[in-house]
Amino acid sequence: MEFFRIKRDIPFMRYALIFNVISIVTFVIAVGALAIRGLHLGVDFTGGTVMELKYPHPANLQQIREAVARLGFTDAAVQNFGTASDVLIRLPVKAGLTSAQLSETVMAELKKLDPNVQLQRVEFVGPQVGRELLENGALALLFVSLGIVLYLWFRFEWKFGVAAIIANLHDVVIILGFFALFQWEFSLPVLAAVLAVLGYSVNESVVVFDRVREVFRNRRYRTMPVPQVLDHAITATISRTIITHGSTQLMVLSMMIFGGEALFYFALALTIGICFGIYSSVLVACPIVMWLGISPKDLAQPEKKARPEAVV
Amino acid sequence: MNRYPLWKYILIAITLAIGLLYTIPNFFGEVPAVQVSPVRATLKSDDALRARVEEILKKSGIAPDGVFLDATGVKVRFEDPETQYRARDALQKALGDDYVVALNLLSRNPQWLDAIGAKPMYLGLDLRGGVHFLLQVDMKAALTKKMESFANDIRGVLREKRIQYSGVSREGQSLVVRFRDRAMRDKAVPEVEKAIPDLDLRTQDDGSEFRIAGSLKLEAQRRTQEFALQQNITTLRNRVNELGVAEPSIQQQGADRVVVQLPGVQDTAKAKDILGRTATLEVRLVEEDKMDPATLAAATSGQVPFGTEFYVERGGAPIIVKRQVILTGDRISDAQPGFDNQTSEPAVHIRLDATGARIFQQVTRENVGKRMAILLFEKGKGEVITAPVIREEIGGGRVQISGRMTTREANDVALLLRAGALAAPMEIIEERTVGPSLGADNISRGFHSMWIGFAAIAAFMIVYYRLFGVISVVALGVNLLFLIALLSMLQATLTLPGIAAIALTLGMAIDANVLINERIREELRNGNTPQAAIAAGYERAWNTILDSNVTTLIAGVALFAFGSGPIKGFAVVHCLGILTSMFSAVMVSRAMVNLIYGNRRRLESVSIGQVWRPATAE
Repeated sequence: MEFFRIKRDIPFMRYALIFNVISIVTFVIAVGALAIRGLHLGVDFTGGTVMELKYPHPANLQQIREAVARLGFTDAAVQNFGTASDVLIRLPVKAGLTSAQLSETVMAELKKLDPNVQLQRVEFVGPQVGRELLENGALALLFVSLGIVLYLWFRFEWKFGVAAIIANLHDVVIILGFFALFQWEFSLPVLAAVLAVLGYSVNESVVVFDRVREVFRNRRYRTMPVPQVLDHAITATISRTIITHGSTQLMVLSMMIFGGEALFYFALALTIGICFGIYSSVLVACPIVMWLGISPKDLAQPEKKARPEAVV
Repeated sequence: MNRYPLWKYILIAITLAIGLLYTIPNFFGEVPAVQVSPVRATLKSDDALRARVEEILKKSGIAPDGVFLDATGVKVRFEDPETQYRARDALQKALGDDYVVALNLLSRNPQWLDAIGAKPMYLGLDLRGGVHFLLQVDMKAALTKKMESFANDIRGVLREKRIQYSGVSREGQSLVVRFRDRAMRDKAVPEVEKAIPDLDLRTQDDGSEFRIAGSLKLEAQRRTQEFALQQNITTLRNRVNELGVAEPSIQQQGADRVVVQLPGVQDTAKAKDILGRTATLEVRLVEEDKMDPATLAAATSGQVPFGTEFYVERGGAPIIVKRQVILTGDRISDAQPGFDNQTSEPAVHIRLDATGARIFQQVTRENVGKRMAILLFEKGKGEVITAPVIREEIGGGRVQISGRMTTREANDVALLLRAGALAAPMEIIEERTVGPSLGADNISRGFHSMWIGFAAIAAFMIVYYRLFGVISVVALGVNLLFLIALLSMLQATLTLPGIAAIALTLGMAIDANVLINERIREELRNGNTPQAAIAAGYERAWNTILDSNVTTLIAGVALFAFGSGPIKGFAVVHCLGILTSMFSAVMVSRAMVNLIYGNRRRLESVSIGQVWRPATAE
């Protein structure tokens, strides 16, 4: 079986402008969603309490809402979670009411209504912890971006590093944009997924850049103009790109379907990241490299001295 | 041409064998067990304890499945949970309060595997159920407390040296000693400096008043904070022991935080109650002169006489105590409930350490006939537990508190005292509780999704790449094996994000094999011989694999560096998975290819699926 029967190099770069317009439009929508709706930050970042309850029968949400309101939590969110008998209660941080005693108060009140209710999970995060987690998340994002730029700079050339990171930060912004637009909960696992995507979809750019370097060094292609070199590199790697991403996506899809609520948003973030990763690292990164004006000279000389084992 | 030297095959065989060896313990499952561990450090877990446990079980007619001794205590395995419960009750009754008897789960791992350190992975709280707390120590309060005790010391020193002073007070985080004349002040400075070297002293003159202002030296501040944290951790450990948890983990995090993890705890309310008792204990004198009805009435309405504080005694009687603290809870070395020898009333017997005993003797000598209050502070609110009359000078550090207590109260007070007071108050700033059924759900869901994903990838790879697909899938399986073996070797804690990371890593690791297979196809397409195509495919793909894995690794390291708790677990698995995948995807799969094709001199074709050649190939 062979999916990709490509006769000639596809002239991707001829349409570079179109791809960039698409990118800019999605990017602007994502930024707009982030600016207008903002991220629906999970309890990990905002602080507060989440309780997961299990009833032996479908739960009466109205009754639960009233019970929680009776305790003075008027802005609590009570909702079903997975099935009708699973209930999720979110309580915001309340000044003065600090610690974990809170979940017990709520439980006691709910037990009065129905003694069969079971507490499955409690998460309480103090506001300062939430802030730290958010700060650390931002730091991690910064660190990963810088690390990748530096590595690609060292391994290829600064233009590649810059192009790769722009392409991938564009992915990150789009994932965040999706989460903002649909108001999906942004939690710690989602952040982990975003960072994993950042590291993963850079692979795409690396694979293409590797090919570009190879072509530049090949005598046969020495006279080929840069846009054609890029076209050739993308075409040569496109089947691998799609198969790899497809395989990863199979695994992620399986997590999304069978992994339960706990893994759903994690898998969702990965899915968005993978889909846009294919697109951006190839069709965003390459035009940027082109416009930054790479030439065979950027790569050919110093590499040979530095890496003798690269000679095949 | 595609042959590996023998050592490479041997290396792969050895790593595979080691990988298998360390992976199997994870498949033996767990059996119910009871763990007996001593509460106090003075009691040892040794062969004597083991013999005692065996003896008790024999007497109760319970047949254990196996009895093991390790550094933390004696563990006994049982056939079923019912026997486990019976054994727990029997052991608890026979061993008494000196030992924690807790339900636990033990791996069914055979002993020879245990002996070489091959143990199953440890399951995190989100998988086995349990409570995770992050507690923040109030360092400001610890410093304040230290300053208060220094204020006391200064008073003592000045009195002893007969230096007249008009007052010692704490203002914020510094102490101010006031004098009426300069000579006294100048005499006091060296004395105070000598007695309390931890203070930075400055002299200030303000009109007719001469002052010494003292603040804690930076070094001493750091020491105080470290001490407070250590003391709190010790105290928490004692309290957790009272809970009877099998494998509690109490660790310092950062400069002022403590993480407490209690796997398997189901009664979270009780756990929080016992941990959350941010009680500090203080012994002070009752201000006998001010205990007249008028002052008491005024104090009730908020007008408290200078240098005293107003409290309500357990039972409701109002009481005025001096601000000055004689002793704090950290001077108590032991406390046991019991009965008063003469009156047979329930009582608590307390033993003080040497310093505490000396202070206590001095204070009781000077205050016979007066009352002494024992205060308990919880969450900044004080309560007088009891205020007994000092009948005589008490030496030797043995103190008995009695009066108006039930047996139960005596028990409670003793437990509270024994568990030790905290050096500084703590607050729970993060809590994650997972019920045991949810934990089991998480495991099955996590693994379920991983296997399905793996099967889907395997099916695709085999259909698309034929024999090379099979090789890739075997390499991926080997990668999983290595990853689990490595995690087991490191005794890493497996969490749900960890399982997700394993799944994701597998999904990403196939990338290397896809790269290689695609490259080989391409070489074939360009007209190379199969042997040359295999060699070139692996060779050329390697650079790309290396580059792409390094970038993924950068993300993993950043996650590890900045992540907390569950994210760290994700990062560790992710990073390890990248490393193992480089080995398995490249070396192991190459070894297989070499074994299958490497020796054939005239290889016509390889089974890598259809290789399509464009009609207009260059």
